[in-house]
Amino acid sequence: MQNATPAAGPDQSGAPTASLSLVEAAVVCLRAAFPTSEIRAASAFGDSWAVVPGNLIVDACRALRDDPATACNMLVDVTAVDLLPRAPRWEVVYNLLSLAHNARFRLKVEVEDGPEPLVPSVSSVYAGANWYEREIFDLMGIRFSDHPDLRRILLPEDWQGYPLRYDHPLGGEEVGFTS
Amino acid sequence: MGLETSFGDSIITTTIEKVADWGRKSSIWPATFGLACCAIEMMSTGASRYDLARFGAELFRASPRQADLLIVSGRVCQKMAPVLRQIYDQMPEPKWVISMGACASSGGVFNNYAVIQGVDKIVPVDVYVPGCPPRPEALMDGILKLQEKISRERLVARKAS
Amino acid sequence: MITETRIVEGVDGRSAIVERPDAHADLMTVNMGPQHPSTHGVLRVILTLDGETVVDAVPEIGYLHTGIEKTIQCKRYEAALTCTDRMDYLSPLANNLVYCLAVEDLLGVDVPVRATWLRTLLVELTRIASHLVWLGTHALDLGAMTVFLYCFRERELILDLFEELTGQRMMTSYIRFGGLEQEAPDGWLDRVRKVNDSFPSHVDEYERLLTRNGIWKERLQGVGVISGEEALHYGMTGPSLRGSGVDWDLRKKQPYLVYDQLDFRVPVYPQGDCYARYICRIEELRESQRLVQQCLKLLPSGPIRSDDRKVVPPPKEELASSMEAVIHHFKLLTEGLHPPVGEVYRAVESPRGELGVFLVSDGSNKPRRCHVRAPSFANLQALPRLCRGHLVADVVAIIGSIDIVLGEIDR
Repeated sequence: MQNATPAAGPDQSGAPTASLSLVEAAVVCLRAAFPTSEIRAASAFGDSWAVVPGNLIVDACRALRDDPATACNMLVDVTAVDLLPRAPRWEVVYNLLSLAHNARFRLKVEVEDGPEPLVPSVSSVYAGANWYEREIFDLMGIRFSDHPDLRRILLPEDWQGYPLRYDHPLGGEEVGFTS
Repeated sequence: MGLETSFGDSIITTTIEKVADWGRKSSIWPATFGLACCAIEMMSTGASRYDLARFGAELFRASPRQADLLIVSGRVCQKMAPVLRQIYDQMPEPKWVISMGACASSGGVFNNYAVIQGVDKIVPVDVYVPGCPPRPEALMDGILKLQEKISRERLVARKAS
Repeated sequence: MITETRIVEGVDGRSAIVERPDAHADLMTVNMGPQHPSTHGVLRVILTLDGETVVDAVPEIGYLHTGIEKTIQCKRYEAALTCTDRMDYLSPLANNLVYCLAVEDLLGVDVPVRATWLRTLLVELTRIASHLVWLGTHALDLGAMTVFLYCFRERELILDLFEELTGQRMMTSYIRFGGLEQEAPDGWLDRVRKVNDSFPSHVDEYERLLTRNGIWKERLQGVGVISGEEALHYGMTGPSLRGSGVDWDLRKKQPYLVYDQLDFRVPVYPQGDCYARYICRIEELRESQRLVQQCLKLLPSGPIRSDDRKVVPPPKEELASSMEAVIHHFKLLTEGLHPPVGEVYRAVESPRGELGVFLVSDGSNKPRRCHVRAPSFANLQALPRLCRGHLVADVVAIIGSIDIVLGEIDR
C-alpha cells in the first residue's frame, strides 16, 4: 500500500476521492485523541486510511463517530486480510462512512500472527460490527475481546480450521484436469 | 378387450399398477426446498408463463410430510446437508428427488470446502437437471422425465426369470 | 411456576384478585427454517415466544455458505467474475458491475461512454426485476398470490431481454472489465423500449391490488418499526434505511456510472415500518422505469469495450494480422491480467442497499482478498430489534420487507 496521492481513476466510475476535509479531520482527530501513539495515514486509488494500534481501535471508532468534524455514523464493513508471509500477518480493516460529510474513511489494525490473534471488539460503538466480527472469527480465526457472542456464524459450530487463511487450501474434490 | 366390447364406454380395464402410477405421476407435489439461484428459476417454473401446475404439480407443499417430490434447487452447503437429509427422511413414501442445477448435481461452479459435491452423496436422486440455472423448460423436462420414470414403476417386484 | 398476584380494578368498581403466571417462566422456543416457505432462502430464525408475542428472534445464517470469497481468491480476476453473479442472485448484473468497477479502479482503465450508459440501463432493468421478485414473494408470504403471478409475468419479459442480449436469463456475467461483453443485437433497444413503456400500467396494477388494501395495510403498518438512528447504528442501507427517513442513496450522493446526468428522485419515508419500506420500493420501480426511458433516449453510439489490449482481449479479426494482438490474447487468456499492488473499496446501490467490494491486489493474477460487503448481511442483523414485541405472523412480514437474499449474506 503505497503512500501515493489519489491515482487518476476512470471518470466514469465517479467515486469521490475522500473529501480532504474528512480525511484531514479524521487524522487530526485521531492524533489529538492519542498523542502518544503512532497513527500512520495513507491514501491510494482514491481511498484514504489510517493505521491505529489494536488496543486503541474502540476509542478511535468512538472518536471518529462522535466528533462532529468527522461524524462517521455508519460502520459499513469490517473485514480482515491475511498478508502471509508478511509480518504483521493480519490487517483488520474497518470501512467507515460519514453521511453528513458524504465521505468514507478506513481504519486498519495490524495484528501479529500467533495461535490466537486478538483485537478488541467495536460492537459497543457500532451495533452492526457484531456479525462482521463473528464472520472474521469464523473464517480467519481472529478473536475479538468483549464481543457479546463470539461463535461461528457461517460454518457449522464444530468445524475445524479457518478457510479464508492464505495457507488453507480451497478444498473440494480432486478433478482429473484443471484449467 | 372382451369386457370393454360388451359394456361399451362405461368400463375401462387396466392394471392396478398403471392406475397407481398414473395417479402418482399426475399429482406430484413438490416440497419447497429452494436453496439458491435455482430456486428463483423453480419459482418461475411454477409461475404464470411456465405454469407447472398443468403437469399436476399444483402446489408446492411447505411441509415435507405432505410432499412427494424434493427438488433440490441450489447449492447444498456444509450446514445445510444434515437438514436436507432430515427433510428427505420426513417425506413419506413414495418419494422422488430431482437434483436441479449444476451445484446440486455435482457441486457446479464451486469445487471447494463449503459445497457438497453433488446431493447424491446425501439423498438418492432420480433425475438430474443440468444448468446454471436450468431454464424453466429444462426443469419441466426433468419433471416430465420423472413422470415417465414413475409410470415404469412396479408395485410388486418382478421375480427374476 | 412463579405466579404474581395482582389486584385488578374492574370498570364496575369491583376489584378482583388475579393470579397470573410470571410471563418469563413460560417462554417457548420455536425454530423457523432453514427450510421454510417464507424465509426467502435458507434462513433459520430461532424465535422465543411468549404466547404469540415474539420476545426474541435470533437469525442463524450460514446454510448457504459457498466459500465464494475463497473461490474468487483462488481464481484469476476474469474467471472470478462468474462467481460474483451467484452471490446476490436476484441482481447479478449489479454484482458484476461493482466487481468490475473495483478492478477497473485498480487498473486505471477507461470505459467507453456507450458502455457506461448501457451498464446504467442494465443495472436499472435489474433493479426492476429484483424488486418484482421482492414484491411477488412478499405478497405471496402474506397471502396475495395474484401479485406473485403478475410480478413473475412481468419479470419474464425482462429476463427475455437479458437472454437475448447476453445468452443467459439470470447469471449473465455480461459486464466485463473495460465495458461490456458484446454489442446489443439489432432491435434489442426497441424491444426494451416496448417492455419499459408498458411497465407503468403494471405497477399501477400492483398498487391497485395492494397499496390501499385494508388487509395489506393492517399487516404492514406499524410493524417492524426502526428509527433512522438505529438503522444507521446497524449499518442498514437501501430501502430499509430510506423507509426510516434517512435520505441516503449512493446513486445520488456518490454518483457512479451516469447517474449524475439522469433525472430521478429517491423515495424516502419517515415512518420506519414495513409499509414505508414497501412504498419506497414501489416508487423505486417507477423511478427505475423512468431511468431506463432516459437511458434509451440519451444512449450515445460508440464502442462498448475499452481497446486497452492489456485488459481486453483483441477482436478476432486482429489476430490474423497483428503479432502483438496474438501475444496480448495469449497472455490475457493464459495468465490473466495483473492489477498493480493496492486496495480499493467500491460500492454501488444494489436493489438491497450498499453493495461493496473491498479488493486487495498483490500484483499477481489472482485477487489477494476480495471481500463483498453484502447489504442484506447488515440489514438482517437488525431482525431481532425489528421483531421484538410483535406477533409471530409479523416476523414473516418483517423478513419480507427487509428484502434479504441469503446468497449474498452467506457468500
